[in-house]
Amino acid sequence: MRSPTEVAAIRTEGLVRRFGELTAVDGVDLDVPRGEIYGFLGPNGAGKSTTVRMLCTLLAPTGGRASVAGCDVAAQPGDVRLRIGAALQEAALDPKQTGAELLRLQGLLYGLPRSAMARRVAQLGELIDLSDALDRPVATYSGGMRRRLDLAAALVHNPEILFLDEPTTGLDPVSRASVWTEVRRLNGELGMTIFLTTQYLEEADELAHRVGIIDRGRIVAEGTPDELKRTVGSDVILARVEGDAASVCPVVEMVPGVQSVDVHGNELIIATGSGPATISPVAVALASCEVTVSELTLRTPTLDDVFLELTGTHIERDEEETAA
Amino acid sequence: MTAIAAPESVPSPGDVLRARPAGFFHDLSSIAGRALRAVPRDLEGVIPSVFIALFFFLVNIATLERLTEGLPGFDYTAFQMPTAILLGVTGVSRAPALVLDVQNGYFDRLLLTPVRRTAILVGHMAADVAVAAALTVPILVLGFILGVRFEGGPLGVVVFVLLASLWSLAFAGFGYAIALKTGNPAAVNSSFLLFFPFLFLTSSYVPREQLSGWLDTVAGLNPVTYLLEGLRSLVLGSGWQWDELGAALLAIAVVGAVSMSLCFAALRGRVARG
Repeated sequence: MRSPTEVAAIRTEGLVRRFGELTAVDGVDLDVPRGEIYGFLGPNGAGKSTTVRMLCTLLAPTGGRASVAGCDVAAQPGDVRLRIGAALQEAALDPKQTGAELLRLQGLLYGLPRSAMARRVAQLGELIDLSDALDRPVATYSGGMRRRLDLAAALVHNPEILFLDEPTTGLDPVSRASVWTEVRRLNGELGMTIFLTTQYLEEADELAHRVGIIDRGRIVAEGTPDELKRTVGSDVILARVEGDAASVCPVVEMVPGVQSVDVHGNELIIATGSGPATISPVAVALASCEVTVSELTLRTPTLDDVFLELTGTHIERDEEETAA
Repeated sequence: MTAIAAPESVPSPGDVLRARPAGFFHDLSSIAGRALRAVPRDLEGVIPSVFIALFFFLVNIATLERLTEGLPGFDYTAFQMPTAILLGVTGVSRAPALVLDVQNGYFDRLLLTPVRRTAILVGHMAADVAVAAALTVPILVLGFILGVRFEGGPLGVVVFVLLASLWSLAFAGFGYAIALKTGNPAAVNSSFLLFFPFLFLTSSYVPREQLSGWLDTVAGLNPVTYLLEGLRSLVLGSGWQWDELGAALLAIAVVGAVSMSLCFAALRGRVARG
């Protein structure tokens, strides 16, 4: 039997959520140890937010099991709520309250003593750098300020586990970097377990100790960012061609050192164990074909390459299509 | 954009505040406190009700008082005050604010906390009762200025305000039910339509004996008729008329039982739906 410290922060077994005919989450298994930053990566509609809503007790699973901080989300939702904080995809704030009123109410609902409330609100004001704005109505806050206040509301009771559902979507680069700094600090200094959903590959790469990639409600890969990237190869050569990319694929596959070739539109994603040694033979092979090479670059693999390898689509392109 | 700053003193893991269940009444007072703080910021939600009540109180007296002059000892001003009070307090609730909470996600923020789900609703309703009681004050003051007197003295005033506030709460349940069921502000506003049959298919303007035909039949089925008669017994009667007060309470209880069943069912559905 595991001791309390060994109990996983988050564990799910075959977690399922259906909405009528649609299966949004289709048998997700997770095992997130305490103290980890877990990145849940996938495009819009992959099932990230639905999973988070089930883990936060906002949505009942229609199948499988899930426990958070050792408490079953379906049988002990009250115990789960005491141990978690969450900042959902849209900042969930009351625009007519002031920032301080909102944080005080959060504290009261989490049963914090009134005597400690003023100090806690001041602490949080410093933490999110909103001390000067806390007495203003939330309606007057900018988008970035709202996100930071939403994060503070999630932290008011020092949760053991923090859920951040796309915390930097819509933020400018400076605000995004600030959130990253805060996530690292909460994890590093307070040992807070952080479950972070994101559609930004860079964010998962920068922050997460481990990453789970979800696509169409299923986890298709899991591991550290480096482990995942190694599944693609040591290096990636990207060739963009004008013409039929698929027709040159067999030629490139024959080049010594090439491990695999994926064709995506007019792009060839070529995985190789040694990019510098392989790029020249690849260029020669392409030159022998009936296509014009408009771009040939060598880089290390990204999580997008992993996503492409596993699902056949680019996560970032998928986002652009969704946005359009 | 300013960067998030490191706090001056980071609490150590052993020094941090931890969440604990706060208790139902603590939750209720926290939610009610927030709802009451919002009232001065949402004056557009209460000012029209008071204005309409005062306006029709004066206009109805001016236009209809002469019609009842033939009734011996009948005080039409006192007769009209309960109607004005119900015009003022019926439909006043925080349901429109709650539906905005649902829309902007703040309702989810509340559900993420260990707050008792029923305390969210009851807290809003507790605030509604306080607001409704406060709204009776200007109407009562106008009534006193126009010469209305309570046979039961100050206790009569308290019972009058209490009945009006309880009625306001019973009616508000329909608004909350629609708010939680639909999450749609327009649908919540449409609950105002219920106001008309309740308040106008009854003895709002003339005594019940003056009604005839289908309107008399409908008024006999309308709980507001008994509520008005109970309220009027406090300003027109001689002493406490317990049967009329009991009927008024029963009428409120019947409407309240229906509306509360609907709104708590809607709350369960909203919470289950996530």
